[in-house]
Amino acid sequence: MGNASSMLTQYDIEEVQEHCNYLFSQQEIVALYNRFCQLDRTAKGFISSDEFLSIPEFSLNPLSQRLLKMVDGLNFKDFVAFLSAFSPQATPQQKVELIFKVYDVDGKGRVTFKDLLEVLRDLTGSFMSEEQREKVLGQVLEEAGYSRESSLYLEDFMKVLSKAGLKMEVEVPVD
Amino acid sequence: MGGLDSSSMETDLDRPNIEEYLTTETIREVPKKLHLSDLLDISPTLTEAAGAIVDDSFTRCFKSNSPEPWNWNIYLFPLWCLGVVVRYGILFPARVGVLALGWIVFFAAFLPVHFLIRGHDKWRRKIERKLVEMMCSVFVASWTGVIKYHGPRPSRRPQQVFVANHTSMIDFIILEQMTAFAVIMQKHPGWVGFIQKTILESVGCIWFNRTESKDREVVATKIREHTQGVDNNPLLIFPEGTCVNNHYTVMFKKGAFELGCAVCPVAIKYNKIFVDAFWNSKKQSFTTHLAQLMTSWAVVCDVWYLEPQYIRPGEIPIEFAERVRDMISVRAGLKKVPWDGYLKYFRPSPKLTERKQQIFAESVLKRLEEK
Repeated sequence: MGNASSMLTQYDIEEVQEHCNYLFSQQEIVALYNRFCQLDRTAKGFISSDEFLSIPEFSLNPLSQRLLKMVDGLNFKDFVAFLSAFSPQATPQQKVELIFKVYDVDGKGRVTFKDLLEVLRDLTGSFMSEEQREKVLGQVLEEAGYSRESSLYLEDFMKVLSKAGLKMEVEVPVD
Repeated sequence: MGGLDSSSMETDLDRPNIEEYLTTETIREVPKKLHLSDLLDISPTLTEAAGAIVDDSFTRCFKSNSPEPWNWNIYLFPLWCLGVVVRYGILFPARVGVLALGWIVFFAAFLPVHFLIRGHDKWRRKIERKLVEMMCSVFVASWTGVIKYHGPRPSRRPQQVFVANHTSMIDFIILEQMTAFAVIMQKHPGWVGFIQKTILESVGCIWFNRTESKDREVVATKIREHTQGVDNNPLLIFPEGTCVNNHYTVMFKKGAFELGCAVCPVAIKYNKIFVDAFWNSKKQSFTTHLAQLMTSWAVVCDVWYLEPQYIRPGEIPIEFAERVRDMISVRAGLKKVPWDGYLKYFRPSPKLTERKQQIFAESVLKRLEEK
């Protein structure tokens, strides 16, 4: 069926490569295309939420619902662009940008206390009470010089996470 | 991969006891104070998710690799064309003919025997068994099956079940050709369902329905009764519960291993050079799959009947199942993955996500107390 790399022309590969800022090699893009076609079972040109959730490892990830909002319905070019933050070649800034987008899933450009709370809720589930979550967030925000009412912008994220030494890399299996 | 340690509560038992390896001082490692960066840094979780999107061990089990085209040359291409002509024009009609003839002979013999010979049940069953075996041989001939059987042939005695790895419904036909097994099968629609209801009932098959939750207990009872009967055909079970692509094995369901009787493993490995026998039930119907087999050169496979295994004292059924899966995987050269085959049809249990949440929540709370 449609999983031969002959479906992608050299022009296509170069276009995708440019779109993802050259963070993936051409071989990796071909491998990602095979993977994309494997996941997109009905060959619609995008992967639906249902098809993402059929990957057990993805489905049991606590942030799967939030990530689905970002990846649902992406065509191949944007799919590769999304994954480019996980390339070993990506800069720390590009990685922080992705983390920011996950928090600011509705794209308002800033992250509020409510967004922080939502993500913490996804990560801790029923094992922390809402009061505990609010208390923890309030405490660490204060200690870093922010308050509950302040909104965090991309620069704030860069500042806070620059010392963290982010390890956010995924290897694309190239056969 | 995150999936490996949280895929199932059962595999918790296989993990080594960490306390044995660490001294008491290192266990009581002082938790560091919690900072904003620790909460904002969701990179481990994101990496796991991205890793799963890029490649995951579960989807790999069901990937049917499209065969490499070898006909790119000026002289190989006509050869391939000739091959197509032979396969579709000569072999396929001949095979269809053989199959049709086989069905006619089978029904001509089976129907009278089944309906007319009442009262001499033992004889009737014997004849029906032989007829089913014959029909399976006809099927195998219709794909030019070259099957090598290794090991002692299954014998008919009570208190034993046979387990095998599963690649396609033809596994059943290949094994049935040698010995009339009673098998546990998913109920299928169409002509397959018709055959299931009429012919396979006579060899004592048991049906299940994946979508019914109460089904498991009903089937378990039926299995138990069957193994205890003296004159029943030996029972064949595919513990994976679904077809896998003959490169991997998924987790075995413990149902076959908690019956308290001998478990005889059977390993099946197909040679892909001739045809890929994996039946991707999401992509093709069984009819298309059969047609594909009948237009290929041959189906070549090896079947190994391995030594009967008994549950060891102190071993729980899941460990027993894993041990047998090991034997079959090693014999057939398959890689093991820790996933449940039913994840093809259902989502993973939320308990697995909750486990991750619990670990994170506990670490946050512990570090919160450090001031």
